Amino acid sequence: MSRTAVKRPDPLQPSRPVALGLLVVAIIYVSVLLLLPLAAVFVEALRNGWEAAAAAIVDADAVAAIKLTLLVAVIAVPANLTFGVAAAWLIAKHDFRGKDFLLTLIDIPFSVSPVVSGLIYVLLYGAHGWFGPFLQEHDIEIIFAVPGIVLATVFVTFPFVARELVPLMVAQGRAEEEAALSLGANGWQTFVRVTLPNIRWGLLYGVLLTNARAMGEFGAVSVVSGHIRGETNTMPLHVEVLYNEYNFVAAFAVAALLALLALVTLALKTYLEWRHHDALAAAGH
Amino acid sequence: MMPSPLLDTDMTITIDHITRRFGNYPALDGVTLDLPEGEFVALLGPSGSGKTTLLRIIAGLEYAEQGTISFGGQDVTDMPVQNRGIGFVFQQYALFRHMTVAKNIAFGLDVLPRKDRPAKADIDQRVDELLDLVQLPGLGGRYPSQLSGGQRQRVALARALARDPRILLLDEPFGALDAKVRRELRKALRQIHDRLGITSIFVTHDREEAFALADRVAILNLGKIEQFASPAEIERDPANEFVRDFITDEVDDKPALSLVRT
Repeated sequence: MSRTAVKRPDPLQPSRPVALGLLVVAIIYVSVLLLLPLAAVFVEALRNGWEAAAAAIVDADAVAAIKLTLLVAVIAVPANLTFGVAAAWLIAKHDFRGKDFLLTLIDIPFSVSPVVSGLIYVLLYGAHGWFGPFLQEHDIEIIFAVPGIVLATVFVTFPFVARELVPLMVAQGRAEEEAALSLGANGWQTFVRVTLPNIRWGLLYGVLLTNARAMGEFGAVSVVSGHIRGETNTMPLHVEVLYNEYNFVAAFAVAALLALLALVTLALKTYLEWRHHDALAAAGH
Repeated sequence: MMPSPLLDTDMTITIDHITRRFGNYPALDGVTLDLPEGEFVALLGPSGSGKTTLLRIIAGLEYAEQGTISFGGQDVTDMPVQNRGIGFVFQQYALFRHMTVAKNIAFGLDVLPRKDRPAKADIDQRVDELLDLVQLPGLGGRYPSQLSGGQRQRVALARALARDPRILLLDEPFGALDAKVRRELRKALRQIHDRLGITSIFVTHDREEAFALADRVAILNLGKIEQFASPAEIERDPANEFVRDFITDEVDDKPALSLVRT
């Protein structure tokens, strides 16, 4: 009789036990695989208190590693930002022979083991490599030096920006660019005023991924670095050195700092998305 | 208002033996047309007849493998789209989604080199004029996603008119709209054309729309012009079997060849 009697359960939703079961599985999965390890890093770092952790980070070798990691990121990220945007623009907005081949090339760093990428650079630029004699003659150091680390990092982080942008730009099509051209804009104006604003969020995400990987890369960098303390050790390599020396607190302290850098990037992204929420909604993202 | 390289010349459009292939399929097969200045012309044909390709070649968004296009006697075949002094209204409007309506309309003026660009206040005034012209006063602050389909269409039209083009090209301008909005917009477009007196060409697959709106209709089929005449003439004296069928039957949704963009 009464309209307010019993509410009908939403027939489109799973039943309560199923929903609860899925929820529990998800929580356990996320906790064990994501949250627990992250928490463990910070717990281990602070096992002997703040002072011990801080001491490990202000240690001269650790400072050198932090500086090197930031230097590598500062070079690798803009390099791959520029390349990634150019490649995505070419692939998404133009037709040309060999397009699929170019896409496959861009994916190589994803499909090749990082250790192999490192070895390729040793093979090319190492003392006994293809260009080794030439480099030695001209006193240029690449392998076991900073240039090698930068090269290996750029290689490993090559696809992130392009891979993020290509599907986005393909989905957006060419109509807005054509409209800009028909309204008298030249190629550069079209790119800066129309193409770039439309991809800025995808671009931001690609840059953050590139940055995270650039700071965290271990395999490829490990092969070309030579592990010279205070000179060619990046933060991940420094963590390994400390860990192998049974210096667990210091190892976890540096690892915690590395994790913090990643968390800061994520927080920054979330903040930007929140700040520009209205613009995002209006632009139909 | 705008210094255009083509200003003050006579704006007849001469299309001379234009040919374009997509793969082995001729989208346009030696199309020749003379469009008198100030006329409102419809390119009418079934899907795959080449009408959109022809419009895009006139605009400079697509190239012709053979043949020439001239505006008022000047050969523009190799002229880039930016310099042709045309306004183009795209099928899905192609409004810049990250810009407000006002910014969309002002775009053509904003990208002018500094020495030719009107002052900010003049641009704002021009945007207001255009918003009035397309009957959307006061909507300059909205984003495209906040507009209805008919409103977006009007914004696209205003944007295309901002630089005072001598030729207006419209690709299926009413394709995505419901019948009532279609009729309103048709009337508005015809009025705007008559007021500005610019040579206008629109592509449609809708016979009724072409006949109701255009001074003259070019009927295309398989990349060739079957007839180019006024609606009355076509109805009185269809040039051939195809035209007779096309204007009597509802062949709208019968694609001649669906492999190719219409």
